[in-house]
This record gives sequence, C-alpha cells and structure tokens, in this order.
Amino acid sequence: MKIAMTVNGKSVSRDVTDNTLLVEYIRDHLRLTGTHVGCDTSQCGACVVHVDGQAMKSCTMLAASAEGAAITTVEGLAKSKDDLHPMQVAFKENHGLQCGFCTPGMIMTATDMVTRYQSQGKELTEDAIRHELEGNICRCTGYHNIVKSIADGASKMTTV
Amino acid sequence: MSEGIGARVLRKEDKRFITGKGRYTDDIVEDNQAYAAFVRSPHAHARIVSIDTTAAMKMEGVETVLMGPELVADGIGNIICGWGVTSKDGSPMNMGAWSALATEKVRYVGDAVAIVVADTKSLAKLAAESVVVTYEELPVVVGSVEALEKGAPQLHDNAPGNLIFDWEIGDLAPTDAALAAAAHVTELDITNNRLAPNPMEPRSAIATFNEAEDHYTLYTTSQNPHVARLVLSAFYNVAPEHKLRVIAPDVGGGFGSKIYIYPEEIACLWAAMKSGRSIKWTSDRTEAFLTDAHGRDHVSKAKIGFDKDGMIVGLKVETKANLGAYMSLFSSAVPTYLYATLLSGQYNIANIYCNVQAVYTNTVPVDAYRGAGRPEACYVIERIMETAAREMGVDPSELRAKNFVTSFPHQTPVIMAYDSGDFAANQKQAQDAADVAGFAVRKSEAATRGKLRGLGYSNYIEACGIAPSAAVGSLGAGVGLWESAEVRVNPVGTIEILTGSHSHGQGHETTFAQIVAERFDLPTENIQIVHGDTDKVQFGMGTYGSRSGAVGMSAIVKAMDKVEAKVKKIAAHVLEAGEDDIVIEGGAVKVAGTDKQMLWHEVGLAAYTAHNIPEGMEPGLKESAFYDPTNFTFPAGCYICEVEVDPETGVTEVVQFVASDDFGTIINPMIVEGQVHGGIAQGIGQAMFENVVYDDAGQQLSASYMDYTMPRADDLPNYSVHHSSTTCPGNPLGMKGCGEAGAIGSPPAVINAITDAIGNNNLSMPATPAAVWTALQDVSIKLAAE
Repeated sequence: MKIAMTVNGKSVSRDVTDNTLLVEYIRDHLRLTGTHVGCDTSQCGACVVHVDGQAMKSCTMLAASAEGAAITTVEGLAKSKDDLHPMQVAFKENHGLQCGFCTPGMIMTATDMVTRYQSQGKELTEDAIRHELEGNICRCTGYHNIVKSIADGASKMTTV
Repeated sequence: MSEGIGARVLRKEDKRFITGKGRYTDDIVEDNQAYAAFVRSPHAHARIVSIDTTAAMKMEGVETVLMGPELVADGIGNIICGWGVTSKDGSPMNMGAWSALATEKVRYVGDAVAIVVADTKSLAKLAAESVVVTYEELPVVVGSVEALEKGAPQLHDNAPGNLIFDWEIGDLAPTDAALAAAAHVTELDITNNRLAPNPMEPRSAIATFNEAEDHYTLYTTSQNPHVARLVLSAFYNVAPEHKLRVIAPDVGGGFGSKIYIYPEEIACLWAAMKSGRSIKWTSDRTEAFLTDAHGRDHVSKAKIGFDKDGMIVGLKVETKANLGAYMSLFSSAVPTYLYATLLSGQYNIANIYCNVQAVYTNTVPVDAYRGAGRPEACYVIERIMETAAREMGVDPSELRAKNFVTSFPHQTPVIMAYDSGDFAANQKQAQDAADVAGFAVRKSEAATRGKLRGLGYSNYIEACGIAPSAAVGSLGAGVGLWESAEVRVNPVGTIEILTGSHSHGQGHETTFAQIVAERFDLPTENIQIVHGDTDKVQFGMGTYGSRSGAVGMSAIVKAMDKVEAKVKKIAAHVLEAGEDDIVIEGGAVKVAGTDKQMLWHEVGLAAYTAHNIPEGMEPGLKESAFYDPTNFTFPAGCYICEVEVDPETGVTEVVQFVASDDFGTIINPMIVEGQVHGGIAQGIGQAMFENVVYDDAGQQLSASYMDYTMPRADDLPNYSVHHSSTTCPGNPLGMKGCGEAGAIGSPPAVINAITDAIGNNNLSMPATPAAVWTALQDVSIKLAAE
C-alpha cells in the first residue's frame, strides 16, 4: 500500500506492506536511523518520535496509521541543520548520554514532556521528570544526568 | 590547559548521538543484503531427531537454510573458553563441545539449531518458524547445587557430574585452624542472583564475503573487534586474519556481554560465504535474554572468624558457580581469578581459603558482566562483615576500620598485591557526605511516617587494568592483556590517535584526546580518536575490566613519549639548540628562555617534507607503542546507602546513596561521575529489581522487559558521588579505573541497609517488595513468639 505523511517537515510517500511498523518505515524506508529499537514490547522508549506533536512509541504503531500525520524524529528536532534544539544542548552539557542508544528516544520524550507541562502551566519537578520517564529505559547513566538534562532543557526551552 | 587532565570537557562524540547521526551496526545497509533469523531450541535439553527445512526452503525470497552438520563438515570450529583453569587435583577443566549451530543435542532454550537467510527480516523470521525440528526431550537441571547432585541430568559427556572444575585458592588447614581458634565466628549463606546485562542496543552483525578477493567483512556489536577477529580466525576457522576485517562501529553499551564471540556472528560469516549475500542479523530483546551471556549466579557458604579484639583471623568460602550450558569465552576466569582473589576486601586477613566448583546447567552461558567476579567477592565480604558487626554488637564501620589494610604494598593470601589506597579516608569522606551522625534523627523521623529507615555500608576494593601478560598467562589466560596505541601527527599538525581500546559509551573520544591535549598543549578539536576497525588500528585488546584508562591510555602515553622525543630532535636541529632545552607549550616548540620557536604544525611539516631533519632520521611523525601493565590496579571506596521501607507493603525506597571512590588520577570528572552513576544503578538493580528466573523445565520466565525489572528513573535516587584519591604507582598517569566500581560496591550497601531497616538479616537479592515483606513477617512472627 502507498502511504503519505510529513516527516521532519518534508512530504514523503512510499509503498509499504500493510504490516510495516512506523519505526520500520522511518528506519528502513526513509533511512532515518536515529530512531532506535531496543525491545519488542514497547517498554524501552528508544523508538519515541512525535506524531502530530505528541510523543509516541513508533514500534507500537503501524506506518499506515500515521497516514497524513506530521512526524518529527530526532533528526528533525532542531530548527536547522546547523542548529541544535535546546534539549539536545542540555543533554550534551549535562552529560545526559553515554552510549547514545536510548538518547534520541529520551530527547523526544523530554521535549514532549516539557511542552506539555509548560503549556499547562505545571511545574516540572524532579519527581515529575522521573515519573514521566517511566516509558524510557537507559542502562548507562543511572538517569541522574538525564533528569538534570531535562530540567536544564526545560529552562532553556522557556527562554527560547 | 583548560582541556587537559582533570578538566570537565564536554564530550566530542555527543553531537552525533543527540542528532540521531550515530552509526550503530543495525543502521548500516550493505549492497545485496539479506537477513538472517535463527531456529532456536524451545527445549532446555533435548536430542535433535530430525530437521525438516522443506517448507521454509519453498518460501519465495528464502535464500538458504543451513544447519550444524554442514557447519562442522566445513571445518568451522567449536566455540571455546580462552582461559584454562586447573582443578585442585591438577586436572584440566572439562570444556564441553559448543558448535555455533547444534548438531546432536541442544542444551538450553535458545540454543541455535539452524540459520535461515531471506530477503527481508520478517520473511527470515517466518521461514525460521516453518523449520520443523523434532526433538527427544531430556531431563533438565537449572541450578548449580542441583546439577552437582547425584543422578542429575548430564549435559556434556566429558564433564561427569556436570563439574567443569573444582578449584581452590589459599591454604585450607591454617584457615580451618584460625577459624577453630576464633573468639567469634560468623557464618552466612549467600546467593548472588543471575542477571541479564541488557545493553540497550541489541547485538547485531552484518557479514559480507567478497569472493573475488576471498575476503570477509564483519560489522559487529563488539567491545573488542581485534579479539573477535583473532578468535574467529584462529579457533573458528572462518577466515585467516588478513582475510577478515572486523568493524565495531558505534556500539550501544556492552557491560561485558559484547566481549564474546557468539554463534550468530560465526554463522552469519559462514552463511555469507555459502550464499554470496551480505547477511544482517539483529537480535530482538527476547533473543537477547535467551542468548547474551548472563552474569553472576553464585551460591556460596562463607565463614569469617575474629579474635577477641575484633580482628579478622580467617575467611573460608565455598562457592558453586553456574556457568550455564557451555563455557563462554572468559567464563572460567570470572568465578576464580576475578573473584576469589578479591575476597580479602579492604582488610588484613592472614588466612583465606576459597573453593569454587563450576557447573554446567541447562541455562544461558554465564560470563563477565560489569564487575565480573568482583561484585560477587565484594558481596560475600561486605555482607559478612556487616553481619558479624551486628552479631558482635559493634559499629560496622568501626569493625571494618580496625581491620583496614593501612600500609602498601600489601600482599594478600590470595595472589593480589594491593599497591595503594587510603580506605579510612574514603570511609570518612562517605560518612561526612552521608551525615551518618544524623542518621538516628532521620530514623526516628521516618518512624513517625510509619517507615523503617536503615543504613548500610560497603567498603569495596576491586582489581582493574588486568594485567601483566606473563602473570595472567601463568594463571591460564589464552591471551596477553596489554594494549596498543599509535599516535599520528599529520603534516599540518593535527593528530590521530589509533587505539586498541573500544568505546561503547565510555567517552574515549574525549578523555583520550584530553591526555594528548595536555601533553602537547593543543586544543582537543585538533585531535581525533580512531578505534573499532581492524583495518585501521593495529592489534589491540579492547575494552572490559575498566582497562581503557589504566592500560589503553598508558599505551597512548608511551607512544606520545616517542613522538615528543622526535619532535624535540627535529626542533633542536632546525633551531640549532640542544634537545634538552626544547619545551612544548602554547601550540609551539620552543627553545627555553629564548624567542626561538617553531609552531607545532611547522614541526609536523618539517618531519614530512624531510628537507631539514637530523641526518639519519626517518621522515614522518608517527609512533606506536604496546603497553603491558606491571600490576593490576586497585580502585576502592566506601558506599553508604540509606533506605526507607514501608512495612505494610515491603516497598523500599533508596533515599540516599553516597559514594566515595579512589580511582587514582581522574582525566575527566564529569565522565567518571557518569560511570559511577551507571554502575550504582546496575548495582541497585541487582539488589532490588533484576533477576533472571528459570522454571524447572529450563524456560526463562523473565525474558522480556515485561518480566525482567530494569531499573527506571523513578526507581532510583540521585547519587552523591565523591572522590578521595591516591595515585596508582603502576602506570604513567596514576590511574586505577572507574567503569565497574559502582556495580561492584553498591549491592551489599543496599542489602545491608534494607536488612538494617527491617531487622532481619535473612534477605536475598533482589529485595523485591514481596521478599522484603516476607522477611518482615519473619521478624513479626519471631517477635510475637517472644
């Protein structure tokens, strides 16, 4: 079947089998390999992308379900190729990554989390960050610096 | 120098990871690429009666299905354990045959039986499911204690009673005598639970065979690509080394599990040759639980004796180590030379004896996982010290302190010669940071909220930077454990460092550049680290055992010494000065005390144009070095954990975790702290959450993230991490290693804290709410009876 959607601001259309997962579409068909697969059970969050502005696990969604949607992957998060999103900067400055495999999912979850809290005028406390991260697993950092990164990223996003 | 040793330099490698431009094995696509899936045994122990591939072969898009007998006929060798351990009676260990694809028998659920190659991943999986294997099921044994019992199912014909080796260290008679004469003896039964390493990137491989060149390329998720190439060549006969290129690109964590050469890489290389296709295989998560080497799984009985003044007189430990169905690459070394040699802990113990029986069971092979033997040793000694202190009614920190080793070098009765350390300083620093003095008040306050608060210590020591090649060779290692480096100064003055170490999260691209920046007073942006490709880097040993600093960076230092000497010779020649008067600073090579200088890149250019270099000097500016350590290094520290337990539910919260570590010289504190954070998280994971569970039939009940509890952000605290360092005398930078300390030191601190809180010492890892609640009921039953 042919499906069409907007990915990182560009219209894309591909022929895929109807059982193609969104993550397979992104990685194998569009060759955007920043979105990762770390488990088979929608537990680890390495595959998180934004679908119409909301964080979604792309391993749990058929590509066909995203027909007509606007998808943002980690590759499309920054405003331009020469720029970094404030959350990306925060992860670097706070040593919020080690092996880097969970990082794209963490950053996509983090930006969604901050946007939601800020739009609702809620305070993003450390406890809230830790709770919001329950769908993302990191094996390297012990989360300490990821939590710091997200708090810092949140303040950077307010001032942008 | 702001980017030199000790600076918190932000990581050079981060940009590609935060922008999604990392290049992991599964991200790579080769021309003419097909996909592999494996037919795996659903039984823990069975004889293969027949395999019918007809249906699979008929499917359109299936390239081939290959099986064990053909692999053996093609001369592909059995998977080996590279470290020979000798039993106490002098006999060699009993290594059972392990073919990459099983031939007659399967011995654990997940054992590979056939490889299916097809055009797409989903088709390969579908075809693998269509392969019909008829099995004759055999009796199963999963626990090490049960496997040693009379009449237990036998896994390998050449290992009677499933015994791989029966090894000992130390002196039995004096230890028994010391324990018999002791004023107080504490005994403890200890289980160290089986863990799955779970790097977030699953294992993956892409094998390509170029028939015209008779040459193979393997992309693989490896911590040590050169070792992989050596073993694939020398033992598995896949291809000679010069005809095999192994590339480990970005690797998403390893924790030991990516040291080994697994059946899948062997089968993919062989199938690439047979089929003429490039073959990609990527593990899914359940496959990872079923096939990545597990860690730990020790059952021990320990006994420690004290004199009337509380000084340790002897320690005796008997351990049964479950090595799973086959011997993985370094499996034999983990419960022996990496374990029992650390049983002296931070203490002066005159008499130690340890006996280790290594055992086959119908489970996933067990090998090194972050810490590898040292967490098991630390858990024994730090649990029994805490227990002894409680039994004797003394402060656990004081009992430890009075037994500390205080003068160095210190020879233990179990091989290790500790070279440096200040254990009291670490303990004091941790106690101050944890405000131990204020604990009683916090405990009372917690009680007002209905919570039980407890505090536990762990004073760990470990051995890293393993180790002088001749020494490990004499202990049975099949390899040398040196490291290599090459320093290439380009004609324009930029520098490439080629290292045999491999970075899979450790930040080598940054820290290795820092030591070069420090030495030549250059910005790190002018320095590139190259690793992970056998075609680019000369032979190297890879990264495990916290060795990249102490051994890998020492090799770079050695190569830089040679470069510096040549730079000074060239500059002295050009500037007409004495070599001894030449200094390197501020991006220039200068004659000290004068205004005569060459810019750094001018020296590079001079070396390569060779128009004006000393007579007889070879052109170019590139040096390599191999560094063989002189001793192990001994990171040590004190961890203090504070918990609160809800007695109604058994739910436990780690409310404070303080670490004081002695890692020797620290190159980048930011990265070192990150290593400690991650290690502690894995240690808390072992202590409270993680557990590989088998049923009696050998089915793994915990083979997904729905079943195996990975620690998540809201399970863990922030960590309070401190350093109190002594310099390691054994290597040029004075480094000890930091990669595993957190995972080694933390489990006993957590369990000591929980058992302190609940008043029951009888608690095994993982201390789940159910386990803690049950232990609490034991206490209340006892209290009610009294």
